[in-house]
Amino acid sequence: MKYLIQQSKIYIQKHIVSVGSLIIVLFTLIFAPIPVYAESIQLSPAASDQNRSLGEYLSRVGNCMGCHTAKGGVSFAGGKKMYTSFGVFITPNITPDKKTGIGYWSKEDFWGALHRGESPDGRMLYPSFPYTEYTKVTRKDTDAIFDYLMSLEPVSKDNPSSKIFFPYNLKPLLYFWRKLYFKEGIFNPDNSKSKEWNRGAYLVQGLGHCSACHSSRNFLGASQEEKFIGKKMTGVSWYAPSLTSRLEAGSGELEINEITELLASGITKNAVASGHMATVIRQSLQFVLPEDIRAIAIYLKSIGEENSDVASAESFPILSKNIRSRLAQGGKLYTKYCEDCHQSSGRGIPGVYPSLAGNRSVTMASPLNTILSVMKGGFPPSTAGNPRPYGMPPFQQIFHDEEMALVVSYIRNAWGNHSSLVTEIDIERSRGSSRD
Amino acid sequence: MSASESLSVTVPDTMEERVKACTICHSNKDRVGRDAYYPRIAGKPAGYLFNQMRNFRDGRRYYQPMAILLENMSDEYILEIARYFSSLQLPYPPPEKIGIRPEEIKLADSLIHLGDPGRDIPACKSCHGEALMGIKPFIPGLLGLSHAYISAQFGSWRNGGLMRGQNSNCMSEIAKRLTDEEINAIAKWLAIQTVSGEPSLPGALASEFSHRCSNIDPENMHSE
Repeated sequence: MKYLIQQSKIYIQKHIVSVGSLIIVLFTLIFAPIPVYAESIQLSPAASDQNRSLGEYLSRVGNCMGCHTAKGGVSFAGGKKMYTSFGVFITPNITPDKKTGIGYWSKEDFWGALHRGESPDGRMLYPSFPYTEYTKVTRKDTDAIFDYLMSLEPVSKDNPSSKIFFPYNLKPLLYFWRKLYFKEGIFNPDNSKSKEWNRGAYLVQGLGHCSACHSSRNFLGASQEEKFIGKKMTGVSWYAPSLTSRLEAGSGELEINEITELLASGITKNAVASGHMATVIRQSLQFVLPEDIRAIAIYLKSIGEENSDVASAESFPILSKNIRSRLAQGGKLYTKYCEDCHQSSGRGIPGVYPSLAGNRSVTMASPLNTILSVMKGGFPPSTAGNPRPYGMPPFQQIFHDEEMALVVSYIRNAWGNHSSLVTEIDIERSRGSSRD
Repeated sequence: MSASESLSVTVPDTMEERVKACTICHSNKDRVGRDAYYPRIAGKPAGYLFNQMRNFRDGRRYYQPMAILLENMSDEYILEIARYFSSLQLPYPPPEKIGIRPEEIKLADSLIHLGDPGRDIPACKSCHGEALMGIKPFIPGLLGLSHAYISAQFGSWRNGGLMRGQNSNCMSEIAKRLTDEEINAIAKWLAIQTVSGEPSLPGALASEFSHRCSNIDPENMHSE
């Protein structure tokens, strides 16, 4: 023990020197493994095993690995770059390595990070780590996740420091941000709702941290009060649609089994997950137990039902000759390149090629995801329910920007779809902000 | 499609249909001009294709369009796709029409068939097979590829921008020892060959390969 304390003192000294010289970097310091020897409850071996496997499951639900693993890197050893408007965050190593990981953390420390957004020595964490959502996770669940992480093979991996831009690197700003936007709290069940609904709400609002992407953030990066209203994701170009609006990804009008199928397999007869949602399904949701997926679906459907968004009733102006001619050009491209899979009716092939007619992901106000799907293509995730997906070609390899604008404008306005036209500038912008 | 189109439209349950996203670039259609860059993958050894696809997915070989397509694909499916393309026997394109000077032919010929032992540069054929068509299951063939593609790969190896999967150390070292003139001559020479034949069987692997690429274990190359 004495040796360990000595080692860690040396480590802390080294760390403070290096951080001092960098000044702007807080994140490494925040995650510096500080020894705290809090008492932990000793479980019997059997109970401890059970706790670990619960923890493993919960870490899947929270998709810890998704952020705490570099591309092609060792799971949980961190090093993934997260591009945000506030800086480039490099995720830390959360394996139990004592020098580079969280081997010195206690259960209490882990709870502090998830529940209060604090590092073991009381420093504030940046909300790129979604403690704003994790604060609702129960102590029992965080303990189980901690037990699981501590049972992993320690990996010695020193990740580079995060680079946080001015002025976000200033500590007082983070302090005020927290005062304004972070509310430490536990999940309070709504007793007027079913047990399943509450389980779903707990998972969606807490560990699942859905609102980390599906809520609009203000200029300080805080999720707005109204959750799940959809936003352009920071740092990546995809738009995370609203989970409440029936004009976007709200599921108020869907059957429960359609929602569960989409979340678990990535595809249904009417919809397909793409972009970052496909990744979330591959990394996390496909492993979530059917009863939990069902609970999530019940909750998502209910928040969708509360929302009363309706398509704007205003009639669309009569299209000018010029616009009609552009749409016709887009239609020609559609016939040549798209129709083979998506059909001339725009209805696609259920369960294989998604319908574009009436597809909310095509018609929603933001054209980003449609542009990106056409531009970059992709495959739905390989899951148990859809192990060998059919794919969409990356048309950036074929189309010029103008052609892409024409074809996206066409599919947003064919078969009864009515959405804004897309210009070459929109195409260029979508490309410009993409980093991965 | 016409009025007969209905919900009864079905999709062929074939690999050809599943990999349309790939064949938009890697097809056998005559692709010239801006599409000349895309390499032929039909008939390449399955192990090679499998490794390269995983490398793109896992960030060990960098080309964004490939990384995005493969991002959420399982190893099992990637292997199935690799085997599919490997099994394709499509006619090779005619030799690329580019100018090559006699001294370039001589230079390339010598490096490809003899190497330059003085500079520790092995002959291409010692690893890529007598016919330069690769060796199953992991070593790619060099013929039927465009001059632009081959030159670009050499550039990547030299700059270290691309780690080439399991044998990164071999080609990086070799590429760094070659001059610009030599690389250009080799790339041109390979691109103007008339192609025939297919990858050699695993037994054709030269000892040179296991000697140089220490991190490939030839014993494990029969996993296909």
